[in-house]
Amino acid sequence: MEENSKDYIVIEAGKSEKNYFRDLWRYKELFYFLSWRDIIVRYKQTVIGVAWSIIRPILTMVVFTIIFGKIAKLPSADAPYPILVFTALLPWQFFSNALQESSNSLISNANMISKIYFPRIIMPISSMIVALVDFAISFILLAIIMVFYRFVPSWKIVFIPLFLLLAIIVSTGAGLLISALNVKYRDFRYIVPFIIQFGLYISPVGFSSDTIPGKWRMIYSLNPMVGVIDGFRWSIIGKGVQFYMPGFIISIILTIILFLVALIYFRKTEKTFADRI
Amino acid sequence: MSVVIKVENLGKKYLISHQRPERYVALRDVITDGTKKITKKILNPQSVLPQTREEFWALRNVDFEINEGDRVGIIGRNGAGKTTVLKLLSRITEPTEGKISIKGRIASLLEVGTGFHPELTGRENIYLNGAILGMGKSEIKRKFDEIVDFADIEKFLDTPVKRYSSGMYVRLAFAVASHLEPEILIVDEVLAVGDAQFQKKSLNKMEDVSREGRTVLFVSHNMPAIETLCNRGILLDNGKILMDCDVNSAVRYYLESAMTEYNTTDLEKRVDRHGSGKIKVVGFRVLDSAFDEVKFLQSGKDYFFEISYKNNEKKPCTNVEVSFDVYDERNSRVLLFRTNFTNSNLNLSLSDGKIYCKVANLPLANGMYHFSVFLAFENIEVLDYINEIAYITVDGGDFFGTGSLGLPSHCKILHEAEWHVE
Ligand SMILES: Nc1ncnc2c1ncn2[C@@H]1O[C@H](COP(=O)(O)OP(=O)(O)O)[C@@H](O)[C@H]1O
Ligand SMILES: [Mg+2]
Repeated sequence: MEENSKDYIVIEAGKSEKNYFRDLWRYKELFYFLSWRDIIVRYKQTVIGVAWSIIRPILTMVVFTIIFGKIAKLPSADAPYPILVFTALLPWQFFSNALQESSNSLISNANMISKIYFPRIIMPISSMIVALVDFAISFILLAIIMVFYRFVPSWKIVFIPLFLLLAIIVSTGAGLLISALNVKYRDFRYIVPFIIQFGLYISPVGFSSDTIPGKWRMIYSLNPMVGVIDGFRWSIIGKGVQFYMPGFIISIILTIILFLVALIYFRKTEKTFADRI
Repeated sequence: MSVVIKVENLGKKYLISHQRPERYVALRDVITDGTKKITKKILNPQSVLPQTREEFWALRNVDFEINEGDRVGIIGRNGAGKTTVLKLLSRITEPTEGKISIKGRIASLLEVGTGFHPELTGRENIYLNGAILGMGKSEIKRKFDEIVDFADIEKFLDTPVKRYSSGMYVRLAFAVASHLEPEILIVDEVLAVGDAQFQKKSLNKMEDVSREGRTVLFVSHNMPAIETLCNRGILLDNGKILMDCDVNSAVRYYLESAMTEYNTTDLEKRVDRHGSGKIKVVGFRVLDSAFDEVKFLQSGKDYFFEISYKNNEKKPCTNVEVSFDVYDERNSRVLLFRTNFTNSNLNLSLSDGKIYCKVANLPLANGMYHFSVFLAFENIEVLDYINEIAYITVDGGDFFGTGSLGLPSHCKILHEAEWHVE
């Protein structure tokens, strides 16, 4: 056998794939089609699908504005309270949608996993694309809300892609880890709604991180979503938002650690998915 | 000829849990089991903990090489490890030991319609499924019309497949799969789907594929299909290769070993049966005209086929339809005896008993046959149905009274005719 031909592969027990990333590239069309499927299916389930992705963030915004802005009277930087909440809801909803979709993706596509070969990592990642579409819709909503309040965003809004990237890395890390754990320990899925519920309260979604007392700020930043949300507020609202650099650096470091641990665990277990699923 | 697949010392081990049938574990159980084990250790430090998971080799020490253009039929009983071999070759699962080298683009078809989504239309599913099977977008576009044509679903192209009948669904799924053009094609038992007409069409398509010089690995229980499609046979048994030779010898050997197996298992204990079981077939014997049991048959003689039954309801059952079918080595039904053909449905007594089917002047040419037995109450309820109830060979005999055996390789049925010229 000529060993250097393009389609030559060797499968050996216990050895990890040599050309994993080349293989990923080769399956890019599958990635594209799987995201396309998820998007179509989501928005085909008619009006409700689209309506839900609009109504949910607005409802949350209203509730948080009443609780934290009107009742607790927390400070709102230099923006109307609804905008303060909504800028945080953008990355938070992305994270929670992406985590929900990706952590279940392997289990809900069990049949494909056990009958077809493809780099498994495609599954949780492609399922996050729907969350990205929802994010885009929410972004348009934010624009409408800003027009309504005659609020002009800061020029720093050009940095949004960077913070979105950070949000994507956080969600991918968490999604890969939980989806792989889900295959092995089937009750792990019950943990996801808990993370999302609890995370919403401990993340600075309904209030600004500046309300956290200085000495707790470091510990508070151990939640990687704190860095993402602060970044969103800083780049959209700008004026009156302090950028707490030490906390942001901690968020980034933790995000990278989470992502690497997740990637390594996923790569280590993905070959046995088909046997267990 | 160049080697395209080389398998060396291949092995696959599964862990099977005896306490829980599921393949996965629950975190809850890990935690509770852990505490249980610890408490047990503390209370009784000498105790050996019972093994909850057992290792099981689905495949072990398997070696073979496949050359370019080989058409290999992989046969063997259920659980022999056929699907496991295909899954290892297609990288769905990882080997526990050994090495596989593959040269060429592989497409594997372990199931038709993998990844079909009920909410998507036929058109959308063609693209999705094509991509899942490894076709590029442009390739699917190019073959789109051909696929639609083969599946015969033009009118429903834009209907969600959840509204399809199961026949349409299968046709579409197979149509996409059969338009794959890899260098190496791997197919598990997928031809057993769809109606008879569509199965034939699929089989023809497979024949076309194999004529194109592609390398094909084909798993099926359909022995005639294996023999027409393949030129080489690999017989697997309990995770090992029992034979690797020309396809006809492998098939023959497999059928013969199946014969000894079926003839020695206790009918009452067989689980591969269907029906309510109110009346159950518990014995089967072949007797000659003097009521002596025989081990083989001869053409042209008279025989009784004796079916013993057990009446589990303990009340008489009237109007029972009995069917006794004879199949040849290629699994084609060559004779069919059924009580309702002759208006002779039976009334079975409340106790256990025996049913006799007398066939005079046995019209079967030499060869190996197997039978199936079917009991039904009127046309309403299947009481018991066992396929491959027994295997038996027809060896010798003189049907025509001239010493001629007919032409067993061409025709299994013997019938006398009168000839004259005018
Ligand atoms: N994921 C799995 N976990 C545990 N046992 C398995 C798994 N997959 C297959 N097996 C076992 O491996 C053996 C071989 O299975 P398979 O290759 O599917 O057989 P075949 O296709 O020849 O019927 C069977 O005994 C089956 O129960
Ligand atoms: Mg199988």
